[in-house]
Amino acid sequence: MWAYWQSVPAHWREIPARYRLEGGECQDCGYRMIPREDICPKCGSRNVKPIDLPRKGKVVNYTVIWNAPRGYEYYTPYVIAIIELEDGTRLTAQLTDVEPSDVKEGMEVEMVLRKTRVSGESGLIAYSYKFRPLIK
Amino acid sequence: MAASISNYPLGEVIIMRANRKVGIVGWGVYVPQWRIRSEELARGWGRDWKRYAAGIMVEEKSVPGLDEDTFTIAYEASVNALRRARIDPSKLRAVYIGTESKPYAVKTTATMLIEALGAGGEDRLTTGADYEFACKAGTEAMQSIIGLIGSGMIDYGLAVGADTAQGAPGDALEYTASAGGAAYILGPSEESIAIIEASLSHVTDTPDFWRRQHERYPAHTRAFTGEPAYFKHIMTAAKKLMGLIGTTPDDYDYAIFHQPNGKFPLRVGTRLGFTPDKIKPGLITPYIGNTYSGSALVGLAAVLDQAKPGQKILVVSFGSGAGSDAFHIEVNDKIEEVRDLAPKVMDYVNRKRYVDYTTYARYRRMIRMLHDFSAY
Amino acid sequence: MVYIVGVGLTPVGNHWSKSLRHLAVEASVKALEDYGKDVDYVVVSNMLSGVINGQENLGSYVVSHLGKIGTPAIKIEAAGASGAAASVVAQGLISSGVAERVLVVGVEKMTDYTSLEDTTSALSTAIDSEYEGFPGGTLDAMHALVMREYMKKYGVNREDFSYFPLLMHKNAVDTPHAQLRFKLKPESYMRSPMIAEPITLLDLAPVSDGAAAIVLSKEPDGPNGNAEILSVGHATDTIAIYRRESLTEMPAIRAAFSEALERANIERDSIDLYNIHDYSSVIGYITTEELGLAERGKAPELFKNGGADRDGPTPVNPEGGLKARGNPVGATGVYQIAEAFLQVTGRAEGAQVEGAKTALTLSAGGLASNVIIHLIRGV
Repeated sequence: MWAYWQSVPAHWREIPARYRLEGGECQDCGYRMIPREDICPKCGSRNVKPIDLPRKGKVVNYTVIWNAPRGYEYYTPYVIAIIELEDGTRLTAQLTDVEPSDVKEGMEVEMVLRKTRVSGESGLIAYSYKFRPLIK
Repeated sequence: MAASISNYPLGEVIIMRANRKVGIVGWGVYVPQWRIRSEELARGWGRDWKRYAAGIMVEEKSVPGLDEDTFTIAYEASVNALRRARIDPSKLRAVYIGTESKPYAVKTTATMLIEALGAGGEDRLTTGADYEFACKAGTEAMQSIIGLIGSGMIDYGLAVGADTAQGAPGDALEYTASAGGAAYILGPSEESIAIIEASLSHVTDTPDFWRRQHERYPAHTRAFTGEPAYFKHIMTAAKKLMGLIGTTPDDYDYAIFHQPNGKFPLRVGTRLGFTPDKIKPGLITPYIGNTYSGSALVGLAAVLDQAKPGQKILVVSFGSGAGSDAFHIEVNDKIEEVRDLAPKVMDYVNRKRYVDYTTYARYRRMIRMLHDFSAY
Repeated sequence: MVYIVGVGLTPVGNHWSKSLRHLAVEASVKALEDYGKDVDYVVVSNMLSGVINGQENLGSYVVSHLGKIGTPAIKIEAAGASGAAASVVAQGLISSGVAERVLVVGVEKMTDYTSLEDTTSALSTAIDSEYEGFPGGTLDAMHALVMREYMKKYGVNREDFSYFPLLMHKNAVDTPHAQLRFKLKPESYMRSPMIAEPITLLDLAPVSDGAAAIVLSKEPDGPNGNAEILSVGHATDTIAIYRRESLTEMPAIRAAFSEALERANIERDSIDLYNIHDYSSVIGYITTEELGLAERGKAPELFKNGGADRDGPTPVNPEGGLKARGNPVGATGVYQIAEAFLQVTGRAEGAQVEGAKTALTLSAGGLASNVIIHLIRGV
């Protein structure tokens, strides 16, 4: 059942984005996005190239999850935030190494790689970007 | 002294010295923010903490967060090492991770690290493997990288020692088994901040500590882990290396020994003839516990965080089973340029939040949930 | 022209002893009996049967259990807007001449998942599963982000959000098929447990089972009442909300509404009641603002001051909405159209808005990422 078991190829093909924040940049209008789309959502161009997005940004909005979906219940309470990266690209990510009550809008954060979705003791460990307050 | 080491005749090859000189291009560490006090552990198990404290000299230890493991620790340490190395990660052609807490028993942690860093360029043309030799797997990885660079097979390689060490509930190891790691990017001496002039290894079959296949926690032999294991192997490796290259403890500014607790490194160093002031700068276990494969390498990083050009460092790791790797390292003036490019060991030591035993048990997955689809 | 000519509802609730097929058949039989004639097409709406019940191919599944083997049948899915989407498809079948009379039956059986983690996972398939769901986000979390933004932008507090569920619960007391037929105390709302801060349990629609059916026909030939579907307005927005320009505006609602008004060629003043998609209190507020019932940021006042009451100037969800009638997701859109049909034909019983002739229904999939508006008038 999908909610209990992470599909391996479904995670594997997203590894460039999940490990390295690989997104896309429209070569015609300059819009940057994650994940990379084949068609630019802003101008419709088909000319979108992969680009590694900046790994620092700030929190623009957040929520603290107390009722988690299956597979995430061990981690509550955790924070889901909309992050604006240094180049203006936005994405949704989990925050880590932070007390939910310490999270503020505008908080500077950096990308780290963490366990995100683990399929029991025998299944895949899906790692992915999370963001945490800047250490230095 | 550097001249005398370089001139040491090869003859029968005992020490490991590369044809092409190899050095440290960048170093980086990572320690999880969570801590548990030894006193809290002792309280949980009804032990006399004060008597324990004198024995191990570890005030508190680091605890990995729910979403951390050896790979995530290795990743953060490697990112810090890359910041100091100032090289494109695509130039890394060998990535070896020493650990005894692999996320997968079978599936190489190095492949994940290679992918995350972008090592080996777009085609990922790089070698990668996980090394296991209890607590000395990280220095073992370093020796392999030295060989590859020294022989001219590659220019840059990454060696990591990292662990989320296991200590059985209630066992003495629970007071020290912690989490953290260090990463070293090695390269040609011209670009290095410190030259690894020589290395030597000593191993025997000494079963002082092990973890059997499929077991969650290691077993150990208590008092037997001391003299015939830790002390014998470190003393032998250190004495042989110094003897063969013609150095004495007086030639060194710093000495770093594997640090399973706060007491052993001082004792073994004193026996070898090092004064405590040369050992203490690299003695990190009292603050964060024993990071196993990261232990001696985190100590070395703490020394590099403060070493001056021209200073000499002796590093001797120890891995149960058992063996020791000894290194003679000389710092050069490039170190000042890169030191501040990444967080230092003490930055991580001071970045901490405490957990109680219940939270610790949850973070270390000692509590099984009814439907635990996110365990491990 | 397409007309609504028959209706059948099951109560919304926890139907432990009834399966997907029992619910679908019960509502369908009621609707066909209400209409009194046979249909030549069946359109099923559902969102989660594949996820929760392990059953797809619902067209064949429903006609097999309904004793209509051989009748053409399909399933339509658009998350929370599935029911409205099924109606759109059925209208297309009729106006294109493919069918003359179509049974639209929405069915959802959520309580076969007995834990909140599982229903949360299932509902969260309505958001971007790879880039919002995988990091740990949920549908509720997306509503929470919207709520936080709304609170910040308009300076409103938790208490201001209580007026919405209070009215919904009050309305549901009079609705025979509603799930939560009890009044809510303001202090209960303020004590409600956190789901995704600042969203609490009582800000959200409950987990529900239920089935609703309507019959659409090209003639107003229903024996118990007929309503004309004046128009449909339909628009979409990005599935992932981090790509949106604003979280306090829902442009898809605006676009669908102006399209619906234009196609129906009516003034907004002639709409007697609004049956909207209130998965959360905040989306209920934003929807009323996008529909022009309140200025931006003023929806709390509308609900506080009785403007949205059943006997107020612009009644909103006289049956109790998703919040209190319940939200059997894939069936909800059909419930909404069925309720509007009952209202404009004067058959809404205790929930009746006096003299209602024209009704608006608004169904939304995801976080207003797929919005369908129906304008319905009794004939």
